[in-house]
Amino acid sequence: MNSAVLPLVFQYTLLVFLILCALAVAKTRDLLGAAIIWAAFSLIVSVLWLLLEAPDVSITEAAIGAGLTTLLFIVTVSKTRRAE
Amino acid sequence: MEAIVLRIISRMLIPFIQLFGLYVIMNGHLSPGGGFPGGVIVGSSMVLFALAFGLAEGQKKVPHGISLIMEGGGALWYGALGLVSILAGANYLTNKGANFPLGEPGTLFSSGLVFLLTLGIGIKVASTVVTLYYNLAEGKAHD
Repeated sequence: MNSAVLPLVFQYTLLVFLILCALAVAKTRDLLGAAIIWAAFSLIVSVLWLLLEAPDVSITEAAIGAGLTTLLFIVTVSKTRRAE
Repeated sequence: MEAIVLRIISRMLIPFIQLFGLYVIMNGHLSPGGGFPGGVIVGSSMVLFALAFGLAEGQKKVPHGISLIMEGGGALWYGALGLVSILAGANYLTNKGANFPLGEPGTLFSSGLVFLLTLGIGIKVASTVVTLYYNLAEGKAHD
């Protein structure tokens, strides 16, 4: 396997995980679990931005998507009900 | 609510999170980063403190009124710095046209107005994150 194929394999693996995460968020009944899967989704997108040579967007995605959004979701879940 | 592991780990982690946030803010104009992600990282560290030690302890460190003042102050700082360009004889918020330096990679304070603007954005975003969390956690609307 030459050196040009290996990053592509990594990217496609990440894309498959991305689709799985998106489906799992839609299917999960537990709202806290959905928020955590959403954080994993954001982290995968962040790594993909880094592989697409956009490190600025990657840092922002990791800070906003994985950090802040998850935090606000978890605070909201703790204020309301956990099950959908 | 005895979360001893959470408290000790967050007490160890918070200084490093804040240091990394300041690094992202200060290097934002020369390398990836900037005021927005850095401000979110700094603000998230304060929210982590309030989550681990309780809302009352967090509001002792950063009171709600001070975070509101910092939120307006960051925007005011950004707007007031635009006037410096006018004083230097160029358009509003101009950097190169007013003969400020453009910045060179590897030198931190070398880019004239942009570093100060990024600092203002960082203050604004960090206090916005904290205010957002306080408003959600207190359970009343913003007035």
